[in-house]
Parts: sequence; structure tokens; C-alpha cells
Amino acid sequence: MQIPAARDPVSALRETFGADILHVKEFRGETTIVVSVWRLPEALDFLRISAGLVYNMLSDVSAVDYYPDDYGAAFDGGARDFRPQRFAVSYHILSLLYNRRLRVKAFADGEDPRLPTATMVWPAADWLEREIADMMGIVFEGHPDQRRLLMPEDWFGHPHRRDYPLGKETVAFSFNEAEIRKHKPFARD
Amino acid sequence: MGVSEKLGNLGVVTTTVEQAVNWARTGAMWPLLFGLACCAIEYMSSQASSYDLSRFGMELNRATPRQADLLIVSGRLTRKMAPVVRQLYDQMAEPKWVISMGDCASCGGVYNNYAIVQGVDEIIPVDVYIAGCPPRPEQLLHGILTLHEKVKGERIADWA
Amino acid sequence: MAVAERYQSIEEQRRWEGSFDQLRGLVSERAITGETMLLNMGPHHPSTHGVLRLLLELDGEQIITCLPDIGFLHTGIEKSIEDKSYEKALPLTDRMDYLSPMSNNMVYASAVEKLLALDVPERAQIIRVICLELARCASHLVWLGTHAIDMGAMSVLLYAFRERERILGMFEMLSGQRMMSSYIRPGGVWRDVPADFLPTIKQFLADFPAKVDDYEALLTRNPIWKDRAQGVGVIEPDIALAHGMTGPALRGSGVNWDLRKAQPYSGYETYEFNVPLGEHGDVYDRYLIRIQEFRESMKILNQAVARLERVQGPYRSENRKYCPPLRSELGQSMEAVIHHFKLWTYGYDAPDDEIYCAIESPRGEIGCYIHGTGANKPRRVHFKTPSFMHISALPVVSKGYLLADMVAIIGSVDIVLGDCDR
Repeated sequence: MQIPAARDPVSALRETFGADILHVKEFRGETTIVVSVWRLPEALDFLRISAGLVYNMLSDVSAVDYYPDDYGAAFDGGARDFRPQRFAVSYHILSLLYNRRLRVKAFADGEDPRLPTATMVWPAADWLEREIADMMGIVFEGHPDQRRLLMPEDWFGHPHRRDYPLGKETVAFSFNEAEIRKHKPFARD
Repeated sequence: MGVSEKLGNLGVVTTTVEQAVNWARTGAMWPLLFGLACCAIEYMSSQASSYDLSRFGMELNRATPRQADLLIVSGRLTRKMAPVVRQLYDQMAEPKWVISMGDCASCGGVYNNYAIVQGVDEIIPVDVYIAGCPPRPEQLLHGILTLHEKVKGERIADWA
Repeated sequence: MAVAERYQSIEEQRRWEGSFDQLRGLVSERAITGETMLLNMGPHHPSTHGVLRLLLELDGEQIITCLPDIGFLHTGIEKSIEDKSYEKALPLTDRMDYLSPMSNNMVYASAVEKLLALDVPERAQIIRVICLELARCASHLVWLGTHAIDMGAMSVLLYAFRERERILGMFEMLSGQRMMSSYIRPGGVWRDVPADFLPTIKQFLADFPAKVDDYEALLTRNPIWKDRAQGVGVIEPDIALAHGMTGPALRGSGVNWDLRKAQPYSGYETYEFNVPLGEHGDVYDRYLIRIQEFRESMKILNQAVARLERVQGPYRSENRKYCPPLRSELGQSMEAVIHHFKLWTYGYDAPDDEIYCAIESPRGEIGCYIHGTGANKPRRVHFKTPSFMHISALPVVSKGYLLADMVAIIGSVDIVLGDCDR
């Protein structure tokens, strides 16, 4: 079987999506492409099926929270990073055929974070997106299963947000042990 | 001939009910087949060939809490898992004992955060705590022998 | 009294109805009318390999729907790492995949190295390869023992743990801890191998192949084992790729993808070894692959041990901005004291940018995504773990098989719940 020659993902995406490719970044040999939110699933599907690209495996989906102020107008894609909004979701995709990786990134608003789901493109995105919805509170529109994944159903808040407290308890040393034991619950039979 | 001679030589052993029952309890203390995290792997190591917990009458792990005497909480206990562990403990028949194996079960260990219960003694009463992350099988054996000492000291008046 | 009882029963009824409402759309309508059976498996179950909960919809004994419920071991490791400096966060990663902590150390350390653009000396790379391959053997040994016990072969566990104790003894020799070694650090390894390590590992390498033959004698041609494993849990290659399965679960389906070959790290490209592949993608093929991986690991270990004797040099990076100086330097050099103090109090700054790094753990591709802040603590660390992907694929893999096969399937994709929930 004739394997088509590998194409450059950046130029291929720019040809097809034009101005919806917001930013391209190279760091430590990794390419990051920022796509506008509304064409994200389309771009991912394009990367998966196009000849010469064939990013056929989804390695990871990870979200990052730029709280409190590491985003906005100061981060306009110049020397500093491109970060228009508070939340970013990165799709790490992998091409087994051409043996290379790519990161496709999209941003979501801090007030009401919403992104379209990529579950139709890769079934693997199902749980990875559910985890992000649970831990970061980003709603994936069109996701088939919107329940919480890791935390209990009745949990309040989204623990991996930067404004969520770590929730640690004071460590007991000899000087404060008596005080802590007063408040700590202990079980009975 | 031989049997009667041997029986004759044994003589009479006197003991109290208390001591006899406690001795029997230490000799066949069946743990619940229950593991949470990393410590469960060390617990498996202690069950396996090199350390061989069956020397202490513990070769039988019961998967159902109804038949188990000892709950070894091996590993970190999350807030989501806590109700399950409490239910398992409630389902065990008296008399029952609990060993908190490892730092995470005893006090939260390195994970002082939102997800981990800071010490299993917040939800079930614990008899013996074992330090270590994870404890070596020898440490677990020592903890079990410590529990045996505790059981041998139990008194009829305290039996529930 | 009667009122209270009545109240309780209504409450109980409501609770049940509520739970069915939640399940609507996830299980078939036949389950809600009571035609098929809903069975809860776990989180306390001997053969779910940890605290995995499965909600199974059964028609007779056939699985129609499988709904995994995870998070019973969610430890908040990623959140805790955000609170620590890069080096201090390393021991937290040990406890994710607790069957092969070395792989977790390795992926975290190489991710930090990639973020800092830090080079690792050759000797450290060789020691790392030895640790990783030993960890692979140790992990596969636990898998072999527990998988065999799930399928009814009780004695394999005792043999497997006998050899595992020797590997753990070597880890203890290296790092002072049997399991949670935190030995592989950003920039190299914690310390050089002790003098008696090489004779020990050589003795182990001489003994171990015969032991693998013993396991095979117990299982490979065992008719009961074959009946339970062959043709069960078949994963088609395209299904495996679509669900992001990696490692032996993917190679069992015949896809030749091993990160050690495809995207080599730590000098794996200089070792000679094969990647075993399966044909049918069933439980039996995945068993055969892991057995062959023992032998391939032995090949790599033999080459690495020979190389370790030849290559001398530093065992961690000489870049004192990121790696602490030797203990012996502290008494003589003021600069060393300053570096030591700075590294163990503040740590080091990493750029405000993101990287993703992946290695081949015994279970598959384990990846680490780090986003720095420009200061000494990361903004976000995310671990992509193979068990997570494998459990998410369980509903597809187990569909149509019998309940008893479920245990075999769970065992064969080799999941660790600490790895899955993090």
C-alpha cells in the first residue's frame, strides 16, 4: 500500500480553516495550534481523517486554568503566550502512521466555560472530557454522559480549578495536638 | 497403649474461659479480603510465599465481611470510599478488630488534601496503627502480633 | 413508630426511583422494567483489582451494558502537586500506579527535564533503563499472580511473588524503599548503584528465565486456562485505537506500537529487543505478550548491566541550578552550600509554558502534561494514565460476554485503580 507523504499540520489547517486558526506556537519541539471554539470538532476530525495527517489516536485531553490573571489582553500571542480566556483545553493527538504528536488547544470563558465535545471524533474523549467537566467545571456540549466521573455525585465545586482550596488540614505537632484533637471527629462502634 | 500413655502424661491443664477464648481468637483471626491502594500490594506480599501470614492463622481471607474478624484498612481512604468502608465494618460480625495499615489510613499521610479522609479513625474505631508508606511486611506482621497481644488482654467484662 | 416506619419506606422508595431516573438512557429500558438484571460489582470485590465499581446489566449471564464507576481512589495528586515545588512533588507520583512506581517517577522526571531542557548523563540513563525494566517485570509478576488467581489457578501467585520479592530487594538496595522508591529524579537518579547491586542483578538475570518457563509450564498449555482465555474479550485493532488503548492491550490486537521503539527515550533506541505482538486480541494473546515481555526485558537488562559496568561518570546532571551537589562537596565549597540550600528550600523556576511527555509503562502509554508558571510551582500537572483509558473501554470490550468472562477481561487489560483515579 502506498503511504501518502506526511503534510505539515499547521499549513494544512491554515489552508482549510483560515482565520479560525488563532495562534501557532512551538516549544521544546512540540507544536500547539489554537483553534477557535466553534470549529474545534471539525478541525479535530480534519486532522484525524486527512491523508498525510492521520492523527488517529487521542493521547490525552487536559485542561488548564489561568486563574487569577495570567490571561487576557496582556497575553496576545507576542513574546508572551496567547491566552485570550481563563480556561484552556488541550487535545494531545498522536499519529501512529507518521509517528508524531500535535496539541490542539481551545479556550473557554471563565464565567460560563463551554466547549463542543470531541466524542464523535474519538470515543476515547468520552471519559477524558468527563474528567475535565468534573474537575474543572467545563461543560462539553453534546457529551452523551454528563455525570460526574471521579468525585461523588453530591460534591460541591470543581477541585482542579485554581480558586478551589487544596482543603488540607492543620498538621498535628506536639504544641497544637490537643487543640486539633478537640475538633477532629473520632468514630465509635 | 501408646495413646493412653501419652494422654496420661499430659495431665490436666487449667485455664480460664477468658484465656481460652482469647487464645482461640488469636489463633484463627480471618481478615477481610479488602485492599484499597499501595498497602494492599504489601499486604499481598505478606500473604504470599516469602512472609506467609498463615503462620499466624490468617491464611483464609474472607471476601464477605460476614465471615471476617479483622479489617485491615490498607491504603488511602477517599471521601467517596468512606461510606463503603463504614458499611463493610458494620456488616462484620462481633468480635471484630481493625488494623489501620500505612500512613494514609492512619493520618492521611502525604495526601493532605480535599479528597482523602485524614485518618480512618474518623469513620471506624481502630485497634492498631501501622506506620510506613507502605509498611514492610515485617511491620504488618508486627502490627498483627501487637493486635494478638491486645486480644489476649481482653476481659469478659468488656465483651459486648 | 408506625409513622416513622412508613416515612422510611417511602423515602427508601423515592431513593430507588431516583437512582433509576439517573440510569435512564444509560441502561436499556428492559432493565428499568425489571426484565433484565442490574448487578453491582465492587467497589469491594476481590477480582476488580482494587476499588472499581461496575454496574452490569445482565440478560441471564450475558453482559448487555457495563457502566464502570471510578473515583473511589481519587487522591487529588494533581492538585497536591500544584502546591509543591517540582522536586518535592516527585514522591506523590510514586503512589499513582503502585505496581510500577518507577515508571511514574520516570514520566514525571522526564517531563520536568523536557520543561527545563535539562540533559541526563549516560550512566543515569542506563540506571533508569535497568529500573524501568525491573519495574516492568515486577508489575507483570503481580499481574500474572492476580490474573491467575482470578481465573482459578491459585498457586501461580505464590511463585510470582517469590520472584517479585527479589526485585523489590533490589529496589530497596538502590533507594532504601521496597516499593515507593522515588529513585528516578529530574536530572538523573538519586544516587549511584551500590557495590553489591551488580552481583545481585546478575544472579537474578541468571535465575529468572527458568522461572518464566515455570510459569509457562503452569499456564500456557493448561486446558482450563486456554478454555477461559481463548476467544474471550476480543479487542479489534480499530476499537483499541479509537478508545486510546495502549500497551499490551493494543499490541495484543496486532498493532505494532511501543513507545520504547517508536519514540525512544532514555537511550532505548540503542538496545536490541523485539516487540511481541498478538493475533486475535483476546485474553490469551495478552497473556502471551506479557510472558514474552518478561523475556524481552531480560534481553534489555542483560545489555544494560553490561553497559553499566563499562560506562562510568556522573549519575545525575552536573547542572547545579537544577540538581543538588554531592554531599561530599558541601563541606568544601560555599557555592555548593548555596545551591543545596536554594534547591531544597525554594526549588527552581520553570518556564511559563506547557509540555507533554509520554513513556511506555508496563500497562501502556503513561503521559504527563505540565504547565509551568514561571516560578517554582507548576500551574497544572495532568497525568494521562493507561488504566483510565482501559477502564473507559471496558463497556465496549465486555459487551456480549458472560459475567464470568468479565473477571478475565478486567485482569487481562491489567488495570490499577490508583493509576486510573490518581
